[in-house]
Amino acid sequence: MLTELYVVGQSPLHLAPPALKLGLLFVYCTLLFVIPHPGVLAIGAAVVTFGYALAGLKASHAVMAVRPAFYILVIIFAVQLWLEGPGMAAYIVARFACLLMAASLVTFTTKASEFIDGILAALTYAPAWVPKAKIALAMSLVWRFIPMVRGIFDEVREAQSARGLGRNMTALFVPIIVRTLKSADEISEAIHARSLED
Amino acid sequence: MTTRDIVFIALFAAITAVAGIFPPITLPLLSVPITAQSLGVMLAGGVLGAKRGALSIILLLVLVAIGLPLLSGGRGGLAVFFGPSAGFLAGWVVAAFVIGWLTERFWDGLSFIHAALICAFGGIVVMYLIGIPWITLSAGVPLSKAIAGSIAFVPGDLVKCVIAAGVMITVKRSYPIIGARAA
Repeated sequence: MLTELYVVGQSPLHLAPPALKLGLLFVYCTLLFVIPHPGVLAIGAAVVTFGYALAGLKASHAVMAVRPAFYILVIIFAVQLWLEGPGMAAYIVARFACLLMAASLVTFTTKASEFIDGILAALTYAPAWVPKAKIALAMSLVWRFIPMVRGIFDEVREAQSARGLGRNMTALFVPIIVRTLKSADEISEAIHARSLED
Repeated sequence: MTTRDIVFIALFAAITAVAGIFPPITLPLLSVPITAQSLGVMLAGGVLGAKRGALSIILLLVLVAIGLPLLSGGRGGLAVFFGPSAGFLAGWVVAAFVIGWLTERFWDGLSFIHAALICAFGGIVVMYLIGIPWITLSAGVPLSKAIAGSIAFVPGDLVKCVIAAGVMITVKRSYPIIGARAA
């Protein structure tokens, strides 16, 4: 579960700072929405295609970006086709495809650790009332907790399947949550023992 | 916020992430898959309360945004916040907060019926109030059509409300987190 979507590379897009890429993505999406013109969309599609080529990504990566939204886009296309005609339907769906590809382009070319470093660097400029240490703690804890909860989840599922309750959601979630919450006390004691202030 | 609260927030973000790998159950009559992930959202509010519940969902969404495929079906990355159903992700945070706030308010004497109604209000009414206008805005689909398209998910969401309410009441009895603050 902790495999990230990052694709290894050394392109200018991979090396650009995450904040710059996020800023460009924001400008890109705003332009596509503020100027609803097919010409703008065509330029947008060309820009994002150039981005994929520049980053050394394959066509399969672009498909990966759009695929999760495929069914809902088909439905939107059908509704628009019926209401506004083929031109509008194609425009709306193509705009979504561009947005999804652009957003995924940032994800494919940026490591999760780069984003975290960026967030932590931004936090040092945050005003004093922002609990910086606690935000950093929460982010690093959840990293460790996902495999731990996954382990608890698998154990509980096996145990409840043996009782014939493998598909009973209540019988699965109650023990998972209670066991997980009980471990919170031990974990916070351990954090205190390592002298993190309350 | 004590260290214990931070641990709770991180744990529930992890629980909601892991709930996403639970195989989706398809209701026999409707063939709309229901995933356990939004169940995690209801439980974050219903077990941890408003503030901690909403923060745990925000934490999960931050991890998704930076590129971890933690949403059901292995979805993740920035693209999920730009698709037609992005409004529902924003709705998760508000839903967890609303469910948590109502659960805190009615904590003494909270019954199964109360919990189910709270989950239905936060997890369906509030969630759809945010998710559906986003479909309208981003896809240019009229509100009535967006509502009609979302109705198919309501039966599955009602099933989740019943399950979430059962879990909330059992956890309240065996390991309460919300009441412990007042004591």
